[in-house]
Amino acid sequence: MLQETAFTKMKAENEPISGAELMLEALKKEQVEVIFGYPGGAVLPIYDKLYDSKILHILPRHEQGGIHAAEGYSRVTGKPGVVIATSGPGATNIITGLADAMMDSLPLVVFTGQVATGVIGTDAFQEADILGITTPITKYNYQVRSIEDIPRIVKEAFYVATSGRPGPVLIDIPKDIAAGTANVPEEQEIVLPGYQPTVQPNYLQIRKLTEAVSRAKKPVILAGAGILFSEGYEELKQYAEQQSLPVVHTLLGLGGFPAEHPLFAGLAGMHGCYTANMALYECDLLINIGARFDDRLTGNLQHFAPNATVAHIDIDPAEIGKNVQTHIPVVADAKEALKQLISQEGKPPVHQEWLDTLNAWKKEYPYFYKEDDRLKPQKVMEMLYEKTKGEAIVVTDVGQHQMWAAQYYKFSKANRWVTSGGLGTMGFGLPASIGAQLASPESIVLSISGDGGFQMCTQELAVIREQNLPIKIIILNNSSLGMVRQWQEIFYESRFSHSKFSSQPDFVKLADAFGIKGYLIEDEAQAETIFNEVLTNNEPVLLDIRIDPDENVYPMIAPGKGHHEMVGVKP
Amino acid sequence: MKRIITLTVMNRPGVLNRITNLFSKRNYNIESISVGYSEQEGMSRITCVVHVDNDGVLEQITKQLNKQIDVIKVMDITEQSIVARELALIKVVSNSSTRNEIYSLIQPFRASVIDVSKDSLVIQLTGESDKVEAFIELIKPYGIKELARTGTTAFLRGTQKPSQAIKPYSIV
Repeated sequence: MLQETAFTKMKAENEPISGAELMLEALKKEQVEVIFGYPGGAVLPIYDKLYDSKILHILPRHEQGGIHAAEGYSRVTGKPGVVIATSGPGATNIITGLADAMMDSLPLVVFTGQVATGVIGTDAFQEADILGITTPITKYNYQVRSIEDIPRIVKEAFYVATSGRPGPVLIDIPKDIAAGTANVPEEQEIVLPGYQPTVQPNYLQIRKLTEAVSRAKKPVILAGAGILFSEGYEELKQYAEQQSLPVVHTLLGLGGFPAEHPLFAGLAGMHGCYTANMALYECDLLINIGARFDDRLTGNLQHFAPNATVAHIDIDPAEIGKNVQTHIPVVADAKEALKQLISQEGKPPVHQEWLDTLNAWKKEYPYFYKEDDRLKPQKVMEMLYEKTKGEAIVVTDVGQHQMWAAQYYKFSKANRWVTSGGLGTMGFGLPASIGAQLASPESIVLSISGDGGFQMCTQELAVIREQNLPIKIIILNNSSLGMVRQWQEIFYESRFSHSKFSSQPDFVKLADAFGIKGYLIEDEAQAETIFNEVLTNNEPVLLDIRIDPDENVYPMIAPGKGHHEMVGVKP
Repeated sequence: MKRIITLTVMNRPGVLNRITNLFSKRNYNIESISVGYSEQEGMSRITCVVHVDNDGVLEQITKQLNKQIDVIKVMDITEQSIVARELALIKVVSNSSTRNEIYSLIQPFRASVIDVSKDSLVIQLTGESDKVEAFIELIKPYGIKELARTGTTAFLRGTQKPSQAIKPYSIV
């Protein structure tokens, strides 16, 4: 309240106001609830004003943890995650998160401090050319050159981050700009003539697609994260049901279509299921909605959907035709395009045979694993799914556990799946779960990591304790970098170069040191008892689960191979 | 193939960096780039000469450039009726014995001598890149001491032949 009255008073008298205050006012206007930030020299003026602010501030233990938490928050809420880092090392520590958010189209608004305007370019203490460094990994970036620009730039940044294809936007604020004062500028409209995302689809292309659907004998929808960003999940379901179209998901799209739906054909891609990949291989009409034909999805492009007419709905025109030749391009917001498609009059679909084929594949080629006396990671995932009734928010790191989680946790609703897809950032999981839990305090948040990735951002356990977040930290511990080990086994004659840990911390004791209860789980019976005890209570917990270290992720499309060349599809 | 792409961009800090960054990030091959103010206040015009293997790459370049927030307009004008010019400054070894000979080469190219010293001449030449290259080849035997080229800058002629409508890359 203090700040609000002070600000109103100042505004009324048109007294000068500091850059930092202008920035926080602008954040309030954008209804920012939480900031993930780390103070330092260049952002001290901002932190001084934050001292009186009502906005929740989360202090990560490393800036990288802060930005991944903001990504987790953004992924669950759809709102932009807000980050503050200081100049120089503070700013360079968030680079990985920026690149990750850029790849996975997550809206972030990131503030970095900068040395004072007068010393920019002199290699001053804690100076880094953050604009130069982040240009290729942000949707847009700014350096504030005058205090009066702050409200406009912040407003623009939120607009750019969240509209069109979302992405991270960075605002670099020199210390003297944050500390200096100016009269409150008049409100300015956003003028970006070079940025006008196309939201409504072209009618002719919608007609073309509708006709293609009515002609198709083997149609399939490939649904990506565009469905989630546009909140088009209801429309996707409605359209798929209306036209009896089977749906496959990309890794990042999971949750956009209910996994238990009879039309769901599964996860496609390198470790996707047989049915989904073969549906892509065999189809005669591929309708890509909000996916970018990433190489981990397509496999060898020469064998990708060889007989298909390709339709691609994407809000980013540059994605259309980038990797796969497209016959029906539709530049639009996924939800708007789906609405248009639903309203079209098309001939009733005639592809029951195709649906029967897919159902037969589903029965014949489910995910499988061999059970023996060792605890199988897949079993753990099945148990987690059952114990949480499929209602949890699942946050993963990167590697084998990520693929097992994607395969075995069936998402019935959107925005419950938080994972680093495009960049494949190890260390993402634990901090991202902090953001996810803050975004949805009532949900059970499962933070699933491997023992490798967990150790990349372990320090964030302190935040989990400090904020009392009831995150369920699950480490699938195989004492190795499982995915690297798997590739070395398959492609490098089992020469396990630096992929096995000869020494590991005692994770239970480590959790204890942070004030978090930890458990060691070595077999199914222990898992059963402990899951029942801890998964639904209101406390953070760390579970060190010793899984079979030799287990590999299957099925698999080896690099350079096509969807029809999957291996490990049957026991 | 060689293509000439013109961009109209907002004259904001870092805009040139964004464009060149994009070329290197996406592994596009750029031959020359020239930048300057345009007729509109706050806008600059950039002319890029790029080498591409096929139409797909060209389409991607155009789209990626268009995606930049500071870029207002992108046109591939290679196939149009255009005026394209480049300026070259060439310092050539020259003494009293070769001076006249060099002058006779300059004339048909409508180049001009803008500086003379005891042992060199500075020649200014404008024209399309082909012409500049032809002249450089011609003058090489005399010994080029220094060479500076601006890169091509170009725009559409006032009148276009109807058959040469601008090839649309937008798929909206």
